[in-house]
Amino acid sequence: MKIIKVLGTGCAKCTKTLEAISKIADELNIDINIIKETDPEVIMEYGVMSTPAVIIDEVNVHSGSIPHRQEIEVWLQEE
Amino acid sequence: MFEMFTDLATWLVVDIFGLSKETKLGDALHFFIEDTTKIFFLLLVMIYAIALIRASMNVERVRDYLAGKHKGVGYLLGSSFGAITPFCSCSSIPVFLGFTSAGIPVGITMSFLITSPLINEVAVLLLLSLLGWKFTLLYVVVGMSVGVLGGVFLDAIKAERWLQSFAAKALKRGKNSSVVQAKQVKILSLKQRHTFAKEEMLEIFGRVWKWVIIGVGLGATLHGFVPEGWIEEHLGNGQWWSVPAAVLLGIPLYSNATGVIPVMESLIKQGLPIGTTLAFCMSTVAASFPEFILLKQVMQWRLLAILFVLLLVAFTLIGWFFNYLTPFI
Repeated sequence: MKIIKVLGTGCAKCTKTLEAISKIADELNIDINIIKETDPEVIMEYGVMSTPAVIIDEVNVHSGSIPHRQEIEVWLQEE
Repeated sequence: MFEMFTDLATWLVVDIFGLSKETKLGDALHFFIEDTTKIFFLLLVMIYAIALIRASMNVERVRDYLAGKHKGVGYLLGSSFGAITPFCSCSSIPVFLGFTSAGIPVGITMSFLITSPLINEVAVLLLLSLLGWKFTLLYVVVGMSVGVLGGVFLDAIKAERWLQSFAAKALKRGKNSSVVQAKQVKILSLKQRHTFAKEEMLEIFGRVWKWVIIGVGLGATLHGFVPEGWIEEHLGNGQWWSVPAAVLLGIPLYSNATGVIPVMESLIKQGLPIGTTLAFCMSTVAASFPEFILLKQVMQWRLLAILFVLLLVAFTLIGWFFNYLTPFI
């Protein structure tokens, strides 16, 4: 199961990102473990400066905006 | 080229609504329609055009560029990048930490963060169309000066003493490691730029249109209903206290530059001195409680208080200075 972290200091876009990923994972019937990470120290440790950012299994795959649907589908379906 | 918006407003108010421009309501409505249509048009066209050009610009590149720069030019560069780099204010904490952990001095980081809300392409655009190039230039110079001098001051008092401890440690680590991560720069195709610009246009417009309506609405109300000369008489140049009062009034009012500029236009036309107007608007845009509470995550109370007072003093001085200068411009 993929561990997905959405990094952000609590702005509207970060919440939307989390919802979008959860929803698409549901539609595709993929089990994920999704966490919202708001601690600035942790965000710094990932070297992220533009939020929302998406970390999948400790790899930074996206930052700075709400990801598109196609991108999310690719991330979720990747082995 | 802007006459078409005046004509449109006249046509709507006089021919469609059957109001006379001489009435208060007609006058206010005319102001409202002219300004909103003009601003919406400008916003859509210009945000797209600017976004197309700066699609490859982002905070990561600014950080890599600022890291290791000499302090003397650092503040000016920090402030300039603050003016032109797009970033959402909800990212200010990650940006602060990103800069800090790259060893960039707190002052330079703050030059970036102070200038950023004050000056951006939307603000400059609105100023140009509503208040003319002279005022725009003045506004940009003043805004950047606050950023630069604020940064110099914060480093002079060694503000890094009052960071939260994890941020202070990150700064130390950053200063000691000389390795600057050279991130590869993505080359963008025209199509990617177009996609970015389109998204940026819709995103910014979606965020600011309501501010424009509120701002112009307030401006129109002032324009139509506050008796001519009232502001000039009561809040004119003679009253020294009107500047600090305007700054204090701006603190609880929180708006971005887009909303406040139409109000500015109206206040100036009503005879509020330029300095007082500038002070009020900068305080509304740059000194807000929500923003400061966010910064608490990386700064101790003491530094926050210093920063807050610094901004208030700076805006008051700017106000006085420009009020004093007005007769000579």
